[in-house]
Parts: sequence; C-alpha cells; structure tokens
Amino acid sequence: MAPPTPRLIDGTLLKQGAEAHVYKSTFLLPDMPCVIKVRPTKPYRHATLDMRLTKHRCVSEARLLNRCRSMGVPCPAVYFVDEKRGEIIMEWIEGPSVRDFLNDYMDGNSDPDPNQGGGAAGTQLDTLMQNIGQTIGKLHDIDIIHGDLTTSNLMLRHRELQAPAIESPRQECQGLAKNNISTSLLDFDVVLIDFGLGQVSNSDEDKAVDLYVLERAFLSTHPRATRLFNIILDSYKQNCLSSAVVLRRLQEVRLRGRKKSMIG
Amino acid sequence: MTIAIGLEGSANKLGVGIIRHTPSKPAEILSNIRHTFVSPPGEGFLPKDTAIHHRSWVVKLVKQALKESGVTVGDVDCICYTKGPGMGAPLQSVAVAARTLALLWDKPLVGVNHCVGHIEMGREITGADNPVVLYVSGGNTQVIAYADQRYRIFGEALDIAIGNCLDRFARTLNISNDPAPGYNIEQMAKKGKHLIDIPYTVKGMDCSFSGILGFIDAYAGEMLSGTEKRDPDTGELITPEDLCFSLQETAFAMLVEITERAMAHVGSTQVLIVGGVGCNERLQEMMGIMARDRGGSVYATDERFCIDNGIMIAHAGLLAFQTGFTTPIDESTCTQRFRTDEVFVKWRD
Repeated sequence: MAPPTPRLIDGTLLKQGAEAHVYKSTFLLPDMPCVIKVRPTKPYRHATLDMRLTKHRCVSEARLLNRCRSMGVPCPAVYFVDEKRGEIIMEWIEGPSVRDFLNDYMDGNSDPDPNQGGGAAGTQLDTLMQNIGQTIGKLHDIDIIHGDLTTSNLMLRHRELQAPAIESPRQECQGLAKNNISTSLLDFDVVLIDFGLGQVSNSDEDKAVDLYVLERAFLSTHPRATRLFNIILDSYKQNCLSSAVVLRRLQEVRLRGRKKSMIG
Repeated sequence: MTIAIGLEGSANKLGVGIIRHTPSKPAEILSNIRHTFVSPPGEGFLPKDTAIHHRSWVVKLVKQALKESGVTVGDVDCICYTKGPGMGAPLQSVAVAARTLALLWDKPLVGVNHCVGHIEMGREITGADNPVVLYVSGGNTQVIAYADQRYRIFGEALDIAIGNCLDRFARTLNISNDPAPGYNIEQMAKKGKHLIDIPYTVKGMDCSFSGILGFIDAYAGEMLSGTEKRDPDTGELITPEDLCFSLQETAFAMLVEITERAMAHVGSTQVLIVGGVGCNERLQEMMGIMARDRGGSVYATDERFCIDNGIMIAHAGLLAFQTGFTTPIDESTCTQRFRTDEVFVKWRD
C-alpha cells in the first residue's frame, strides 16, 4: 500500500507540532480563508500502521468537530476531509487565542488586578471566563473530551465577524485589553480548536482530567490569574449537568497529579 | 579523584561496578560485572527466587569486581546501592549486602534511584548533554526531560511497562528467557513480515500496553490451539514470528510517538534511550528516523549499560556523593515505589 503522493500546500505554515502541520490557506474562493491540518507520513513506522493511524485520527477529529458543531459547541466548521492524505480543511477562526488575549491584558493592565475584579474591564473579563466555563460545560455535556485544553486552544471570535467595520479582531481585542473598551468583550464567542487528542467519553475521570489540564495550563501561563480560573469552574458548575461528580473527581486528580505511584 | 562501588539488584540482574571520577575527565569504568537469574521458559522470575540468587552471588561478584578493577578496599570512597524502584525482596538482599560492606569497610553509603542511574550513565557514555530521555525496561516506561534540578516525567505507561509486555508475551509463546526474553522476541521479529492489526493506545504523552498484551495473547492462544490465522491480503499463514514483528512495530511506534511529542513540547532535538528495551535495534532505528526528521539524533548505549548494571549505580551515586550527599545507615532502606522526579538533582545546573 503506497502512501498517497504529498500535495504541495499553497499556504503559510502556522504551526508544526509533533503530529500535524497546520497551514493557513483559502478554500474555493480566494477571499475565503481556511485552515489545512495535515498529518504527514511518519517514515519511522510501518506503512500499513501509518496509513491506519492517519486515516483513523483524521476521520475521528473531523467527527468530533462535526458533533460539536451540530450540538452547538463553537468550533471550526469542517469543509473537506481527505483521510487518505490525512488532511482536514476547516474554517479559519479569526481572532486572538485566549492565551494571547490574557497576556496582552496582563501587560496592558497592571491595574485593575485581574484577581481583584471590579472596574468595567474586570467585569467583562469575568464574563469571558464565564463563557469559557459554559463552553467547556456544554462540550462535556455532549460527552466530548478535548484532550488538550490549553488557553492556546481557546479562541475569541467576534460574533459579527464578517462585518466590514471590524478590520482586525485581533487588534480590536488588543485595544480592548488595553482598557480601550470600544467593543464589549461580550461580543466575542469562545471557540474551541484542535481536537487532535479528543475523544468521546462519558467518564467523570476523563472530564476531570480535561479540567485539570486546563487548570495547569492556565495557572502556568497566567500565574496572576488564579481568581479567574475559579470563575471558569463556577460557570462550569452551573452549566454542565454532570459537574458535581466531575468537580469532585477533579479534587482527587489534583491530589494525585494525574500520575500513578511508580511500581517496579 | 573519587572511587565508588555500585550494587544493583532491583530485578533479576545482580550487578557490581566500580567507577573513578577525576575532575574534568570522563568517568573511568574500572569494572562492571553482572550475573543474571534466568527462569525457565514460560515462567517469570519470582521475587523470592531472585532474592536467593542475589544473596548467593553478591560476595563472589564484589570480590571479582575488586580484583578486576585493581583497586583496594582502601581506595573506595563510598558504597552505592539501588534504593528503588524495583522488586522488594531482591532490593532488600542487595541493601543488606551494601550495609554490611559499609560497616565492614567503614565507608559511607549512598542510596540511588535506579531510573536516575540509567539516565546519568546514558548521558556519560553517549555525551548527550540535555536530551529527552526514553527510559524503557521491564518495570518502567517513561519519557523524561530535565528541568530545575529534577528529571521530570512528561509521559509514561499508565499500566504495565513495555518490557513487561514483551516478557509476558515471550512466556505465552514459550520462548527462552536466556539471555533475555526481549532479545529472543527481537530475533524472531526479524523474520516476521505480516503486520496484524493490534490496538494502538496513545493518549497525549502517555501510553498503555495491557490491552495490547491481552489482545496478542488471545490471538497467539488461538493460534497455539490450532486455529489457522491468515493474512487478509496475501492469504499466507500468520506465524509466531509475525506476531513478534507486529507487537514490536506497534508498541515501538507508540514509544516513538510519545517521545516525539515530548521533544516538540520542550523544543529538544536530542533523544537518549536507556533501559533494557533500549538495546533493541529496531527501536533505536525507528527513534533514529524520527530524530533525523526533526534535525536531531538518537543516543543509545549497548547491553553493558542499557541492561541493569552496577556501574550506573556507582556513577549516579558518586555524582550525588560529590555534592555531599550520603545515606546514614539507619536510613539505608529500600523501596518498591520511588519516582524519578522525587530525586533532587543537585549535580546539574
């Protein structure tokens, strides 16, 4: 079984992870931006195994995205899947990641302290955190585990993305972060991206580990924002049906740090 | 100039090694000898029998190591022993031997973490300065990277170790345990050519081998009881060699994948393979291809250092001893559970 010939991708490489390369390109129309996620052949593994894994992962990621979308969890729309080549072409999400947004916010605002709340920007930030909690709650309600919840995989998208007035939501958000609140943070949706490590599961353990991964990522990249993470959890509690058991399990996961004790 | 003697016996190998450190020179291996307890085909090594083996060989090995090294007892600065992790009974018999030597010769004791021993010896032999480490053996499967005076575990097997999976499959096929079950699987795998579909279980930087073992054991069981299995494409019979081949190809692909993910995560291009399974040339080859594609290289050692040995305990123990670390005799215990990241690595920046 020969692997398909690689196709030259017309686009700019955004990210090269261990498993996939992500490009920005256009789909059908020159002004229709898209993301192409490619899982390249891994020459170290047996060709049959490589084909099987690439195909499986590609299809499963596309299925997760479709499932999220049909159940109302914001994520990129899947335009096209070529599982033999290991490619998914999906919607381009314009906007900063929550990670970049928070970093800009922290840089631009020594005051008000994100841990104090208060102030117009503070309240809006709280609302953003509530949105994150709500989105993750919805995701877990439909039994999808993201697998790699970090603030880089949460994007902020303006609701009226196509409106000509907004040239660059990224700049808009930066402006917003610097306390120049011309547009409200309330106009932004939280969009989940990169379901490469995702799976369908209804287990409390898996959901708790998902939250634990987010907590670790959140607190290590934004150490000043401990209060903000608690807002995410509060909102998750109110918006996810199984939140009580999951949050109880989260306590256990935190104690053992996800890792087992080493035997032998 | 400091000299240490190291005693290792956390599993079925009893090893004694003597090492000399001279400032700004590579470590000198004065002697490194080993005796392995080999169980009959189809059986694993039981803690009780392994401990008896270690007890009956340790004096002979220490005497021989001293003789080969050409140093006298007076030259030795400290006695290093494996504190854990490992099997309880064998660990205890070696700890007793180490304590006895310490009292007899009036030398300080240094308790060493077995995993850190493997990592430090691998770094010393290969010259890899700050690699991502894949530690694969009968008891451990970990992807490790160094940060802030600790060897941090980025990924690991969530249930049984890769070596345990291979050893137990060797028992199912009734393959000899001499010199090692994994070695014999590797030789059989070289003759295999059909890849059967085996579960592939990677979760982020972690992986799992119990499902794979359960699957391939059942598959082999059906074959051994007379059911013919054929390759769906060619119609050819599946042989035990094909099973070994499929198991290696699948399990090693998982190991390479989690290692690559860790390398991407920490931004490293060097990878060091240590532990008994690290001797496997197919694993080294696959890791080499991956590392090359990332613009880096793989570092591996041969069976003298990959397989459990006394010299790595002496080496890691001496590194700690030189920073002032010793284990008082009343604290010279051993433990089955001792995670790699519990050790404070004072000797590195």
